[in-house]
Amino acid sequence: MSSPKDTPNVYTAARPPPAASVGLIGWLRQNLFSSFSNTILTLVSIYLLSLAIPAVLDWAFWSSQVSGDNRFDCKVEGACWAWLDQRLGQFLFGFYPDGERWRVILAFVLLFAALLPWLTTGVPGQRYLRWFSIAYPFIATVLLAGGFGLEQVPTDKFGGFMLNLIVGLSGIVLSLPVGILLALGRQSKLPLIRWLCIGFIEAVRGVPLITLLFVSNILLPIFLPPDVTLDSIIRVIIMVTAFASAYMAEVIRGGLQAIPSGQYEAANALGLNYWRSMRLIVLPQALRISIPGIVNTFIGLFKDTTLVIVIGLFDILGIANAMVSNPDWLGLSTETYVFVAVFFFVVCFSMSRYSMWLERRLSGQRH
Amino acid sequence: MKRFTITIAAAVLTLGLAGCDENEQKAENTEPAAPQASSTNTFEEVKARGVLQCGINTGLAGFAYTDDNGKWAGFDVAYCRALAAAVLGDPDKVKYVNLTGKNRFPALASGEIDVLSRNTTWTFSRDVKLGFTFVGVSYYDGQGFIGRKKLGVKSAKELDGASICIQTGTTTELNLADFFRVNKIKYEPVPIETNEEARKAYLAERCDVYTTDASGLAATKSTFADADKHMVFPEIISKEPLGPLVRQGDDAWADIARWTLNALINAEEYGVTSANIDEMLKGTKNPEINRMLGTEGSLGEMLGLPKDWAVKALKAGGNYGEIFDRYLGEKTPLGLSRGLNALWSNGGILYAPPMR
Repeated sequence: MSSPKDTPNVYTAARPPPAASVGLIGWLRQNLFSSFSNTILTLVSIYLLSLAIPAVLDWAFWSSQVSGDNRFDCKVEGACWAWLDQRLGQFLFGFYPDGERWRVILAFVLLFAALLPWLTTGVPGQRYLRWFSIAYPFIATVLLAGGFGLEQVPTDKFGGFMLNLIVGLSGIVLSLPVGILLALGRQSKLPLIRWLCIGFIEAVRGVPLITLLFVSNILLPIFLPPDVTLDSIIRVIIMVTAFASAYMAEVIRGGLQAIPSGQYEAANALGLNYWRSMRLIVLPQALRISIPGIVNTFIGLFKDTTLVIVIGLFDILGIANAMVSNPDWLGLSTETYVFVAVFFFVVCFSMSRYSMWLERRLSGQRH
Repeated sequence: MKRFTITIAAAVLTLGLAGCDENEQKAENTEPAAPQASSTNTFEEVKARGVLQCGINTGLAGFAYTDDNGKWAGFDVAYCRALAAAVLGDPDKVKYVNLTGKNRFPALASGEIDVLSRNTTWTFSRDVKLGFTFVGVSYYDGQGFIGRKKLGVKSAKELDGASICIQTGTTTELNLADFFRVNKIKYEPVPIETNEEARKAYLAERCDVYTTDASGLAATKSTFADADKHMVFPEIISKEPLGPLVRQGDDAWADIARWTLNALINAEEYGVTSANIDEMLKGTKNPEINRMLGTEGSLGEMLGLPKDWAVKALKAGGNYGEIFDRYLGEKTPLGLSRGLNALWSNGGILYAPPMR
C-alpha cells in the first residue's frame, strides 16, 4: 500500500457535463420538464397551442380572402380582408386628403430622427439632432396642419392611427416633465406648492379620463371667451397630458422615496443647491428605479387614445367602427379589431422592449 | 348667458350618465331639465358661417357610415345634405360632428351643432324637459325580435321560456319587460353590452332570440351567412319615432328644418324625383308642386330662403323615397321594407302637411 503522498497529483481534464444537461435537451429539461407538475403543464400548453395556432392561422391567412369590393364578394370561411385595399388609407390617416398624405409620412419619418438622440447615445451628430428634436414639434405641426405654402388641413380631418400617434406621443413627451415637476412639488417644503400639486394629482386621478375628455369638449369652450376657440385635438392633448402626468407624478414619487436620505444629505453636504442636487444626484437614480412604472403609464396612455371617439374624433378604432357600419362591410368587426390590435401591439410591445433594454443598460452604470 | 347656463346644465347632467351604457336611440328618462329659450338666430349664423354643422352618429348601419373615400353617407346624413342645400345652396357645405349617445344633447344645447340628425327618438321629456324642438319624424322605428326559424315560433307572443339577448341599461330592456308582463309570459334575459356582442352571442346560440330596434335587426340579419334560417317576428313592441331636432326658441330655424323634411316627403307624394325635377321646373298642372318648386307663389320667401330652396334640397339626394331606397331600402344589404314609413297614400303613416 502506498500512502496517498506518494501518488503524484494527476490533473484530469474536466469531463463534459452529462449530455442531458446541455444543448437542446438540457434546455428542455431545465425549462419545460424540470418536474412532474411542470411536465404536465408543458404538455397541456403544447396541446392547447396545437389547437389554437392552426385555427388562428387558418382563419387569418390560409382560408382568408383579400380581394373583393364588399363583404358579399367574400365567399370564404376565414377572415375577409377585402376592405384593406380600399380602407387602409383611412385606418392610417383618417380623413386626411389623399394628395397630402405624404406630409404625414414625412412627419413620421422625421419623428425617428427627433426621438433617436433622446432614446440612446452614440448617434452621429447627436448634439445637432437634439436641436432638431426641439424644433420638431413646430415642424410637425406645420407639416400636418399646413401653412408656409403647404395647403391647410383642418384638424377634424386628422384621424386613424395618425391621430393615436399624435395624441399618444404628445401626451408621453409632455407628461414626463410635468409629472417630474408634480412629484417634486408634492414633496416641496413650501405648503402652497405642495397643496397645489397634491390637489391637482388627487383631483385628476379621481376622475376617469373619459370624463375629462368630455369636460374639455363641452365645458371648456364655455369658459373661454367666445372668439377664442381651442382646437379639439389640442384640448385632447392637454387633457391626456394632465391625466397621464398625475399618474406619472405618483410613479416618480415612488422612485424619489426609494432614494436613501443619505443621498440627499450628501448632495447638501457638497453644497449643491436644490435644483442641482435633484438634477445631478437624486433624479437620475429615482428615474432609473421608476422606469418600469413610467413605461407602464406610457403604454396605458397610448391605449387610452382610443377614447377620443367620445368627443367625435376618429382614431383608428373609431374609423373601424364607422367602416363596419357601412352596409357593404357590416359584421366584419372581428377582422377590423384584429387589425387594429396589431397596431397597438407593435407600438406597446416596442415600448416595453425598449424600457427593458434601457434598464439593462442603466443597471451597468450603478455605483 | 342663458345658453351658458343651459349648456352647463345639459353637460353636467349628461356627465352623470357617463357611467351608463351608451344607449343609441332610447329615452333616458332621468334626463335633465334644461328649460331653454335661445334668442340667437341660427339661420343667420349658418349663413354667415357658410357651413351647416350637423350632428350625426359615430357609425350606425344605414344611417351614418363612411364610404370608401372617407365621405359620410347614410339616411341621417342625407337629411343634413338636403338642409345644407336648401339653406346654403350646396349639399357639400356641411361639417359633420359625430356624436355619441352621451354628448349629442349637450352638443346641440351649446350651439356646437345647428341641427341634430342622429336617429334620436322623439319623446316627451326630450321635447319638453330638455328644451329641444323635434321638427318631424324621418323614420318610424320600433323594437322587434329576431329568432331562428327552427324554434318553430311565428310570433313573439309564443316566446314563453325563451332566452333573449338584450342590451343592458337601455329602454329596450324596459320595453321588453313591459311587453312580457302584459302578455304574461316568462323569459330569461341574457344581458349584453353592445350591439356587436349581442350579434355574436345570438349567432353562438347563447340566446334563442335577440331584440333591438327593427332597423338594427335588419342590419344584424344582413350579416348572417344563413339569413334565410332566421326570421324577424311581426311584433313591434315600442314606438321609436326618429327625427331631426333643433334648439327650442329659434322658431325660424325650426321652420326651415321642418319644411325641408316635409318637402322631401311631399316630393315623393307628388312624384317629384331627382330625375324628373328639371322637367317639373318647366311648370306642371299641379299648383302644389309648382309652389314647392318655387315656380308659383312665394314659399321660399316666407322662410327667408331663395325661391328654389326645395329644388336644391331635392337635387341633393332625391325625395324621401329615393333616400330611403338608397340607404335602407330593399335593394340595399339592409333590405328594410317601407312598412310604417310608406306614404299615407301607400298604407304607411308618413304624412307631411301640404305646401301652401
